[in-house]
Amino acid sequence: MKKRISALLLLLILLCTVLSGCGDGSAAGSGEATQSSGSAGAETTANEITVGIAQDLDDSLDPHKAVAAGTKEVMFNVFEGLVKPTSNGDLTPAIAESYTVSEDRLTYTFTLREGVKFHNGDTVTAEDVVYSLQRCADATETGVLQVEAFSIIQSIETPDDNTVVITISEPSNEFISYLTTAILPADYDQQDTAPVGTGPFKFVSRTAQDSVVLEKFDEYWGTPAYLDKVTLKIIENADSLMMSLQSGAIDLCAHLTSTQIAQLGDGFNVAEGTMNLVQALYLNNAEKPFDDVRVRQALCYAVDKQEIIDLAFDGYGSPIGSSMYPAFGKYFDDSLTNYYTKDVAKAKELLAEAGYSNGFAMTITVPSNYTPHVNTAEVLVEQLKEIGVTAEIQLVEWESWVSDVYAGRQFQSTVVGVDASTMTARALLERFTSDYSKNFINYNSPEYDQLFQQALTTYDDGEQTAIYKQMEANLTENAANVYLQDLADLVAVRKGLEGVTFYPIYVLDLSTVRYAQ
Amino acid sequence: MKYAAKRIAMLLVTMVIVSLLAFVAFDLISGDPATAMLGTEATAEKVAALREELGLNRPLLVRYGEWLAGFFTGDLGTSYNYSQPVWELIAPKVLVTLCLSVLSFLLITAVSIPMGLWSVRLDGRSGPLWRVLDGFRTAFNQLCMAVPPFFTGILLTYLFSTVLRWFVHGQFPSLTEDFGGAVRYLFFAAVTLAIPRIAMTVRMLRSTILGEMQRDYVRTAISRGNDRGGVLRGHVLKNSLVPVVTFLAQTMAEIVAGSIVVEQVFAIPGLGRMLVASISNRDYPVVQAIVVILAFWVVLAGTVADIINQRIDPRLRLGGGA
Repeated sequence: MKKRISALLLLLILLCTVLSGCGDGSAAGSGEATQSSGSAGAETTANEITVGIAQDLDDSLDPHKAVAAGTKEVMFNVFEGLVKPTSNGDLTPAIAESYTVSEDRLTYTFTLREGVKFHNGDTVTAEDVVYSLQRCADATETGVLQVEAFSIIQSIETPDDNTVVITISEPSNEFISYLTTAILPADYDQQDTAPVGTGPFKFVSRTAQDSVVLEKFDEYWGTPAYLDKVTLKIIENADSLMMSLQSGAIDLCAHLTSTQIAQLGDGFNVAEGTMNLVQALYLNNAEKPFDDVRVRQALCYAVDKQEIIDLAFDGYGSPIGSSMYPAFGKYFDDSLTNYYTKDVAKAKELLAEAGYSNGFAMTITVPSNYTPHVNTAEVLVEQLKEIGVTAEIQLVEWESWVSDVYAGRQFQSTVVGVDASTMTARALLERFTSDYSKNFINYNSPEYDQLFQQALTTYDDGEQTAIYKQMEANLTENAANVYLQDLADLVAVRKGLEGVTFYPIYVLDLSTVRYAQ
Repeated sequence: MKYAAKRIAMLLVTMVIVSLLAFVAFDLISGDPATAMLGTEATAEKVAALREELGLNRPLLVRYGEWLAGFFTGDLGTSYNYSQPVWELIAPKVLVTLCLSVLSFLLITAVSIPMGLWSVRLDGRSGPLWRVLDGFRTAFNQLCMAVPPFFTGILLTYLFSTVLRWFVHGQFPSLTEDFGGAVRYLFFAAVTLAIPRIAMTVRMLRSTILGEMQRDYVRTAISRGNDRGGVLRGHVLKNSLVPVVTFLAQTMAEIVAGSIVVEQVFAIPGLGRMLVASISNRDYPVVQAIVVILAFWVVLAGTVADIINQRIDPRLRLGGGA
């Protein structure tokens, strides 16, 4: 009996502590909550912001190894090359103060800017430049991605501490664009996790699946960043991201959908730019029935781009007609945009000619993490129905997409956006030459290959541009893919913040963002 | 004591088996860490070189043996994706998920046991008002069980963050720097996790106790003149504890599983999000470590429940030695 009573007592005590503990917790909770909303208000006056990003920086932070577009997008603020891109698509000297190109276009002489500092306090030397470029040219270190355009480098010399001379084996209009390659300190081996560059922001910390912190670099050579500190908060769940925007935890967030923008409320302004992607229904040209140009053209005639933009993107987006987007300026040929207009009769006629008068069934493989592409595919399925083609959407993980579709080329069709790693037409167009390793659609046009060779050996900028445009036309005429649009990049910016700058490449420049005075 | 020692030995064996299974399962699923790491830059040669560097070309058992040896010497390896030691990467997240789970568990026990007892007390009363109340209770209980935590999470966030501003969604403070703030943030997630489990525990407790109340010894006790409440506290509760403890141990395991979803909704940097991300990145060392930690958690909960039950009910003492 005694034992029983003591056991009961024990249970009661346990319950009481649990209950009171919980009561304390919630009471303290609400008390402190008011405090914290006060401090959250105070934080907005501090010169720092929190930026929401939808994907973690979960690869190497070494700019020569980073693969993910999201990682490069952020680390743009930390690293610089000899030259760096500007928002209007030009290049401006960065670590180099100036450069000259020899008469024969084979020798580039760079004069380094005096006293450019790395984030660790060291001064950038010519040796660092040689080390960085050589590292990407050789790519012998595991994980370092080879910059293919560096294969024409014959020598990199340093006649004195402030000069770097690069000699290349054949003239190239694009070579300079690749010198945006990040310059890193030669004697530093922690780039993977604690990167050191020369950009306006220095890397402070990364917490996996949580946040990345950048701070203003006080010894930056150029126009300093306005903000003292930027916290990039990783929130992969779309609903959760929206709630963080509404709660006030996030001040700026790029790549939102039109639906998300509509939910924002009046605390935000919206900046609209372009994503700089070629979104298309990419067709495996080696796979039946897409090995027949008439079938591919029929699909082009079946699709109404504007309807996709209106239905799936609330009207945000710029239609395109080839592997080039408007932000590229001179390389973009708008006459190709409406080369195919929706014409169901014509599409059916082409299908009949190709022997598919009853249509056919096809699979559209879409990476499931990209909602815009999934939504696009859904509209496409409906549009293709009208010409008797039954399309089925197959959702796959991004990793499977990369290994099966992109690397393995085991697919019929896929909806994705293809971007340009550097601001050159080559970056977008070379991939469709027949023997290129990333020609995942197996496009094969001898004429196209020939034009590309011609473009490489043409040094007059105007002529070269004309050839690139011919290549674009070739893709359109042969209906290499069903080109759709360049997605709109909708950025939510808390009222009171300004200075969001868009680039023709996929980067988020934080150095220009500031509180309005 | 001998019993406890036996259980702990079992726990270790279970964990080794779980870790081996996880290792094998990962080898079987499609996708490869080298390809995942290289992303769109993956070419056959690069993938081959990276696989070699990561040691993925060696036989499965050799890799497992190496992992196990590392595990017992406290080395969980290095994350492929983050190039950081796994332990350094996940330790703060283990802490967060642990706090969330413990908080949620405390809520469940603190709320469901009194509620369960109360609902038993109310049972058997007649009259239209009681019938309506009872109907309402059943419906509410069903509702709590049926609504998925991610939805409750969104509702709670809307109410307490967007409208009432009791916490700032997306601003999770560091546990080590601002423990109070972190616990407050976690409280809402813990409630989300707890609601369906509270409903289940209450129902479970109610049916167990009511079942027990039908037993002969209860009737005898009451016929001897004991009052209902006294019998409930003195006899029935103790006899009903065994299934409840077992159920709570299962709940502990389920909380951890549920936290994966809830962490996403509340933007809490816990183990769940880390696990999902590292699975899709094929970051073996991280997945392996998390799987072992979660397995440990589940097995530990079961073991503790067994040991407690065996203390409560001597009939469960196996072997008779203790």
